[in-house]
Amino acid sequence: MTKPPKYEVFEGKLTTRCRMKWEGTLLSAPGMLTLFIFLLLPIVGLIVLAFMQRGAYGTINWTPSVDNLKRLIGFSSFGWAPDNAVIVARSLILATVTTLICLLIAFPMSFWIAAHKKSTRALLLALVMVPSCTNLVIRTYAWMLVLGAQMPPTWIARAIGLIGETDSLYPGQFAVYIGMVSSMLPFAVLPLYTSVERLDWNIVEATRDLYASPLRSFCHGVLSQMKSGIVASIILTLVPSLGMYVVSDLLGGSKYMLIGNLIQQQFGSASDWPFGAMLGVILILASVLSLAVFQKVGGGRNYV
Amino acid sequence: MEQSPLSDADLHIRSICKSFGKKDVLRGIDLDVCNGEFVTLLGPSGCGKTTLLRIIGGFEKADSGEVLLGSEVISNRSPNKRPINTVFQSYALFPHLNVYENVAFGLRSRKVNEDEIDMRVKEMMKLSQITDLAEEFPETLSGGQKQRVALARALVNEPGILLLDEPLSALDANLRKSLQRELKVLQRKTSITFILVTHDQDEAIAVSDRILVMNHGRIEQSGTPEEVYEHPVSRFVATFIGEANILECKRIDNKSVEAMFGTLEVNRIPQWEAGGVAVRMEDIFVHDQKIEKPNVFPAHIQERIFRGDYWEFLMNLNGTVVNVMTDPDELYEVGSDIFLEFAPEYLQVLCD
Repeated sequence: MTKPPKYEVFEGKLTTRCRMKWEGTLLSAPGMLTLFIFLLLPIVGLIVLAFMQRGAYGTINWTPSVDNLKRLIGFSSFGWAPDNAVIVARSLILATVTTLICLLIAFPMSFWIAAHKKSTRALLLALVMVPSCTNLVIRTYAWMLVLGAQMPPTWIARAIGLIGETDSLYPGQFAVYIGMVSSMLPFAVLPLYTSVERLDWNIVEATRDLYASPLRSFCHGVLSQMKSGIVASIILTLVPSLGMYVVSDLLGGSKYMLIGNLIQQQFGSASDWPFGAMLGVILILASVLSLAVFQKVGGGRNYV
Repeated sequence: MEQSPLSDADLHIRSICKSFGKKDVLRGIDLDVCNGEFVTLLGPSGCGKTTLLRIIGGFEKADSGEVLLGSEVISNRSPNKRPINTVFQSYALFPHLNVYENVAFGLRSRKVNEDEIDMRVKEMMKLSQITDLAEEFPETLSGGQKQRVALARALVNEPGILLLDEPLSALDANLRKSLQRELKVLQRKTSITFILVTHDQDEAIAVSDRILVMNHGRIEQSGTPEEVYEHPVSRFVATFIGEANILECKRIDNKSVEAMFGTLEVNRIPQWEAGGVAVRMEDIFVHDQKIEKPNVFPAHIQERIFRGDYWEFLMNLNGTVVNVMTDPDELYEVGSDIFLEFAPEYLQVLCD
């Protein structure tokens, strides 16, 4: 006697595990195929390209080497010149600091929003989101105007001695940070707000009941519950910040380059696709690495 | 072992009032709880019992009135400065800590030294029968296990008073019964004052030394389970605890009232012109023939319901229907005519 197949009920249908597996594969095939063709293949291509050479007149010389990697670290044909490494480091720092600032602003902000009554909360959240509806370039141009030499923020900064009498806030590092934080803030606020709204205040009360000081109560009662929200917030800010180049391009002035600008340059004016590909691979690695780290910290939920 | 300095003290609550917006939740509560007493606040949802508990715990501030522990006013102290611990309705275990760390939390907050923490936590876990769960995280526990952990987490601090906010309401009936027994045993063993909030009258009767029946932000009656059950003072108490027949009566004189079906002799003096007299369904006696005793009336059996350990009858007394309970062997046929005796000592003249 053969063993009868084990039937299970799934979404009101009688089915077997094997059948479910086949149906699942079939149903997800279009998506998988799209991802394969438009994501996985290009990435493989990019990785291959990264280990090639620039030929004459922007062509590609198909001999594998690690020259691009060396160049990135700073070994150029004229000796030690870590310009590229500086740009990569600057990008990483900018992204990290932007994320930190966003988090510091978003944390109290999400509590503040959650403390309002329901209708007001929706309005405040909409206000947080509204700027994101405008094109990033237009928003950045707006900052150029606001931070320009003839505008009040610059006068004030000059008056209190933050910058020299002839300097202005734009262009420069300060303008880049303002632009970055303002464009990333909504992505930090939303996940944090969601986790504030979901807080089980009984747990906070339990910490108070069990003699916890305000700080201990905050760590064990509030932060512990918001861990996944904080991780989501970090990932949603950090990863796009890493690749952002419009903001630094427009607000940073000619000397302020980021990895994004560098990549754009390689594929554009420099016509050095292999080096551009290497920079791209590095960027992807940085993003995936940060995702993996924070996923581990966040525990449970997957973001990759 | 370290003892809270105030653990020997009694709890006094003085004219506590509290309102949320326009709704008066507590309207002048006065209450004294002796050290080591098991007191239950019993009432329907919205009667203010949980709010009162939260005021004692320090999670809510009263609009007026005072909470005293011994002679000390504690109304203005924050929860972490009160020698009072709470078992929350949803247990509120810390999801990021394992059972051991959950139980140890209060001791760690108070910076008790590591050896003593370990000793007390292990001892408490043994007493609560959760030693095997030490490494588990709350999400893997069953309802009953969570309940034990929550109890252990509170009791390990040796509080002066333990507050329990409907701790058993989320459990199924059998488990609830066995945990009620354990709760009673635990309370006697630790001799910590327990203040339990519940809407379950059986639970209140089973575990308490004293029941406070609350309704609309006031304490309607306070007494031992027997007193509250046998001598309810108001309609609300009579119907909320157990089942009672309420007979609508008019006052004749100090010793008798006029019910719909005849004149009843009563032992207590009615304070009204028209009001209620309560009688428990097991306190009405059924007779085949008319007997020479006060308060015997002819009745007609309208319906018979088997309840397992007893029979319930719907008896019609000239238009008034009363529920009567008899032993399983006392069986009468539907439609037959019998006599009901309302013995005066079992008639409770209510205040309303």
